[in-house]
Amino acid sequence: MRPFDYERATDAADAVARAASRPEAVFLAGGTNLVDHLKLGLVEPELLVDISHLPLAAIEQEPDGTLDIGANVRNADLAAHPAVRRSHPLLSRALLSGASGQLRNLATTGGNLLQRTRCVYFQDVTTPCNKRSPGSGCSALGGHTEQHAIFGASQQCIAVHPSDMAVALAALDAQVSLLGPEGVTSMPVTELHRLPGDSPERDTVLDRGQLITGVRIPPPPAGARHTYRKVRERSSFAFALISLAAEMVVEDGVIASARLALGGVAHKPWRARRAEEVLHGAPAITETFTAAAKAELEQARPLEGNAFKVPMARAMIVAALKELAVETT
Amino acid sequence: MESRLALTVDGEEHTIEVDTRTTLLDALRDRIGATAPKKGCDHGQCGSCTVIEDGRRVTTCLSLAVAHDGASIVTASGLSDGDLGLHPMQQAFIEQDAFQCGYCTPGQICSAIGMLAEIADGSPSFVTEDLADPPTLTDAEIRERLSGNLCRCGAYVNILAAVRQATQHSDKGAA
Repeated sequence: MRPFDYERATDAADAVARAASRPEAVFLAGGTNLVDHLKLGLVEPELLVDISHLPLAAIEQEPDGTLDIGANVRNADLAAHPAVRRSHPLLSRALLSGASGQLRNLATTGGNLLQRTRCVYFQDVTTPCNKRSPGSGCSALGGHTEQHAIFGASQQCIAVHPSDMAVALAALDAQVSLLGPEGVTSMPVTELHRLPGDSPERDTVLDRGQLITGVRIPPPPAGARHTYRKVRERSSFAFALISLAAEMVVEDGVIASARLALGGVAHKPWRARRAEEVLHGAPAITETFTAAAKAELEQARPLEGNAFKVPMARAMIVAALKELAVETT
Repeated sequence: MESRLALTVDGEEHTIEVDTRTTLLDALRDRIGATAPKKGCDHGQCGSCTVIEDGRRVTTCLSLAVAHDGASIVTASGLSDGDLGLHPMQQAFIEQDAFQCGYCTPGQICSAIGMLAEIADGSPSFVTEDLADPPTLTDAEIRERLSGNLCRCGAYVNILAAVRQATQHSDKGAA
């Protein structure tokens, strides 16, 4: 491991200033992904700016029901928070489906969003990888692709984003709060991560020194029902082959609103907008759900090793929507 | 780069100077001599390095020691009180034969104690049926919540029995 300097930030502005001052500075929060990458030699920063002690660990519910979640809130605490379990149970489920109890006690909200792909070739420094070493080639193309993307991949990279939490946040129209050298900004979670294109080394649109300070989730629509489903190779402590966060409101047999996001299928949490378009205003019946899944999966470009993900995603979408199609009023 | 930090480990205070690259696990084992937490995979996947830090179970291999300056850590060695004998979880592991080689056991025991505290706090798990209700201690809950601790000898059935036995002593269940 290459030597690095370590600095403990005194506040968020101080963290941004320290990170912006050195070209190879990175933020350290829970460490569960970064420290692993330091050991594996995937990253070699010259400065670690420790933000884990900053007071960004509160969860507050505003009068209109918006949840304001600090970037340092631990995954375990977010999953267990009464307001999250009450208003956004799919977020609790998504968090609880990821990692292990010990890791959820360390991992943070901001760090979970910024965790990097578990593509085995990315994590193995002996193999070419455009994400790790731009221009070196993609070992996954022509290699084992069971875990890889069916949406939005490029010839440079077919890796998927590994987060469960981010999939739920994408479905819930959460906003990421940011502080950077240019000041305070925010953006939808769905716009934080990018598709690989010709620069797969960039997971997100964030600029150097930009710090995630929190996540805001608007209140769910009245009568919403939610679910989070995940298929993986073992029943616990494994990343998703495919996951689905879904929320739907049905009134008088008609779908008033539906929000869906898929995980394990793309370089980013995949908001299923084409499926949503089919669902909106349509009768809440199996034929509608099948048509919605078909509309979304028409964009899929599976590879030989991950072609199973297309029928799996289709079945998962239809089954989840059937589950949610029960009127609550 | 060297950095000075203070750690309280099993009730004793230590001040050490470490390279910033040192993990909390290596600091505990190699610098302080607290060898109960074990190095298994060193990548957060096996749980054998689990300790209880400020009341919560955590792996120590994916933490940099320098980031944990001031922390209070209880390892499996610090669970037993000399006068009171073994912690009920330790006693249960012995009585239920919940290990073979024993390498993962200190991590299993710390994890199990931390896990029971999480259930007592009402924290749900992925297998909790209704997130609105406090979880109940079913076998499925114990298995799911201990999935971060691997046992290559495969003593899982007896580990489950040991955790069950330890919950019978819930008045002494907390670390």
